[in-house]
Amino acid sequence: MKALSQKRRHPLAAIALLLMGLLLTGGLYAVATTVNQAKADTTSFSASDVEEGGKLFAANCATCHGMGASGTQDGPSLVGVGAAAVDFQVGTGRMPMQMSGPQAQQKPAQFNEEQTKQLAAYVASLGAGPAIPEEHLLDGKGDAANGGELFRVNCAMCHNAAAAGGALTRGKFAPALAGVSAEHIYEAMATGPQNMPVFNDSNITPEDKRDIITFLKTIEANGSPGGADLGSLGPVSEGLFVWVAGLGVIIAFTIWLTSRTS
Amino acid sequence: MSASSTAEAPFVPKTKVGSFTNFVDERVGGSGILREFGRKVFPDHWSFMFGEVALYSFVILLMSGTFLTFFFDPSMAETHYQGSYTPLYNVEMSVAYSSSLNISFDVRGGLFMRQVHHWAALLFVASLGVHMLRVFFTGAFRKPREMNWVVGGVLLILAMAAGFTGYSLPDDLLSGNGLRIIDGVIKSIPVIGTYTSFFLFGGEFPGTAIIGRLYVLHILLVPALILLMIVIHLFMVVVHKHTQYPGPGRNDGNVVGYPLGPVYAAKAGGFFFIVFGVLALMAAAFTINPIWNYGPYDPSPVSAGTQPDWYIGFVDGALRLMPGVINDFHFEWVIFGRTLTLNVLLPALVPAGIIFTVLFMYPWIERWITKDNREHHVLDRPRNAPTRTAIGVAGFTWYCVMWAAAGSDLIATHFHVSLNDVTYWLRTLFFIGPVIAFIVTKRIALALQRKDREIALHGRETGRIVRLPHGEFIEVHAPLDEYKRYKLVGFESLAPLPAEPNEHGVVTRKEKRRAALSKWFFEDRVAPATPAELEAAHAHGHHEAIAAGEDQKSLSH
Repeated sequence: MKALSQKRRHPLAAIALLLMGLLLTGGLYAVATTVNQAKADTTSFSASDVEEGGKLFAANCATCHGMGASGTQDGPSLVGVGAAAVDFQVGTGRMPMQMSGPQAQQKPAQFNEEQTKQLAAYVASLGAGPAIPEEHLLDGKGDAANGGELFRVNCAMCHNAAAAGGALTRGKFAPALAGVSAEHIYEAMATGPQNMPVFNDSNITPEDKRDIITFLKTIEANGSPGGADLGSLGPVSEGLFVWVAGLGVIIAFTIWLTSRTS
Repeated sequence: MSASSTAEAPFVPKTKVGSFTNFVDERVGGSGILREFGRKVFPDHWSFMFGEVALYSFVILLMSGTFLTFFFDPSMAETHYQGSYTPLYNVEMSVAYSSSLNISFDVRGGLFMRQVHHWAALLFVASLGVHMLRVFFTGAFRKPREMNWVVGGVLLILAMAAGFTGYSLPDDLLSGNGLRIIDGVIKSIPVIGTYTSFFLFGGEFPGTAIIGRLYVLHILLVPALILLMIVIHLFMVVVHKHTQYPGPGRNDGNVVGYPLGPVYAAKAGGFFFIVFGVLALMAAAFTINPIWNYGPYDPSPVSAGTQPDWYIGFVDGALRLMPGVINDFHFEWVIFGRTLTLNVLLPALVPAGIIFTVLFMYPWIERWITKDNREHHVLDRPRNAPTRTAIGVAGFTWYCVMWAAAGSDLIATHFHVSLNDVTYWLRTLFFIGPVIAFIVTKRIALALQRKDREIALHGRETGRIVRLPHGEFIEVHAPLDEYKRYKLVGFESLAPLPAEPNEHGVVTRKEKRRAALSKWFFEDRVAPATPAELEAAHAHGHHEAIAAGEDQKSLSH
């Protein structure tokens, strides 16, 4: 103890203290997040989850979806949509809906993970439906090439070949897929939110869905090998770029070259 | 005389370089050519340089394209990709696509060269387009340059053909979708359409022949034709000499500017490297046509955001705007067991047909209306030809509406509006946009002319307000110097030319139509201030002049 008190005015003491503090908080955080992950993994819901979820549903969702999720004029029945649908819609902030419109917009999630899970538990208890996917399907370690082929055949016509999103009719749109979690991508395929068709397990098997997720995560991690991707929007953004930036710079040079004369 | 000339000693060069150049000169006569070309005078203006940009882009296209041919294999044989791009590893594809991917990922510098080539192609057509707009709006197509205008139009079409054949070569999903649209357009041509398509593709689309055929067109026929047209184009530029903007000392009988050598040649040579540098920077920092994103061509999938390169965009936009059905009226008919699909045929061929027909005919249309058979080497300022400028802007607006329609889906997603509304608006603008553009442009041009006239007569507003002894406030106007005034008054304002009888004393119906068009063309006109008017305005200004401050300014109301 004496040695420690003698060293307390050492020039490096502050740094050592800072390092210890960082290590402590970092370590605690690591433990805490693994605890959270372990929680999210449980796909079987407890009775208390269902009960709490029911209360949350009555308070936040029943206005449109009706008591017991039986549906009203303003919102569809949720019996049989499954836990996956709830996890996607609530987890991405699309539900509760901010306003009526062509389609529900993504926004910061209104419920935390615990509450989302409780809501999912409640809706899942009303009727059988797609469950929250198992962890091994979301690991992004499938066959990216196969996933790419499936993506181009099944998804690219709305989401764009580079998953940059695209327009649908009357204000609806297919969003860009960069930054969407593997879990939400899987759930979207399984439940078909908004205008998206359902790709059930006989359409695209769970392993194929895993490949599609692998493909999306691969191209997202790869970035753009050729330089700035201009939004991956295809020839329109390239044309706009050459007219505005390319020709703009060239015109600046022509003015410079001819500026010395009248 | 002859004795003295034979006695003249032959030129003996003093240095080694001199003897070498003399050797060459005595055999090919280079100094004569250099003397002739070195003295050619080019007026200096930034808007005169777009043709050069197009030429330099074409040179860069030839160089980068040659590099690409070393590694590209235009075969449609099936293969499994074994290169280094993992998301496509072992995917079945054509050899053409596989070799394009290899150029992008496994050939050193290949991706850079591909991007240089593609950016240069976009810039080539863009600078061609801007060059033609400059020529149109300044009236540079008038006699004696009508034929060179047509050559330029042919170059534009050839550039589009070169671009489209190149766009289709990598055999990725995007280019295949583009080819499918072309196939559909060809098949919509009555009677011969299907046969033409089968001839072109060597059977049913996509077949196994098209890439090789497009490759031959892309690297052989089309560039050769472009080169030929460039030679004709430049030859005529030399014959006609360059046009110049109006200014003091410039007229239809002279050219005011720098001689080609040495200043202008140095500028032009340097400008090539500037264009090259800009393209190299773009290619190094910005990706273009990321073929690896699109995957191999397969007739079933169509990606969202599938568009042609910008110069084909207006045709794609017209196709997007065309409704298939209006109420109960269908645009697809079956006549004698043959399908006539007007909803493809009309938008694909009619707008482009109108644009190019008017473009090619325009010099003759204007010449017929004005009966102007004089040579013009001094350009018009666009405002001084209000109707021509308005016609040009109306045509350009029409083009832009179709152009915008090719990106209707991106307009919808990026401005958060409904795709259907975008289409409805663009359909409306397709019809009324050019009309609005014509009226607005003509009014703006006339207003600018009036402003010019006002400034020429009364001088420039200085913003200085002076109170006269008796309490009146007036603004001080500064007179223009001679050079600036010349620009504002030194132009010709054509007046309507009434119908005239021909040699038989008959006013033909055609002549009446011409007269009506002439009236429409030149009825609204602002004449330039005449010397008498200038004199009167000047005297008027001096009459009320006071010594307003130390600088002598003339005053007017």
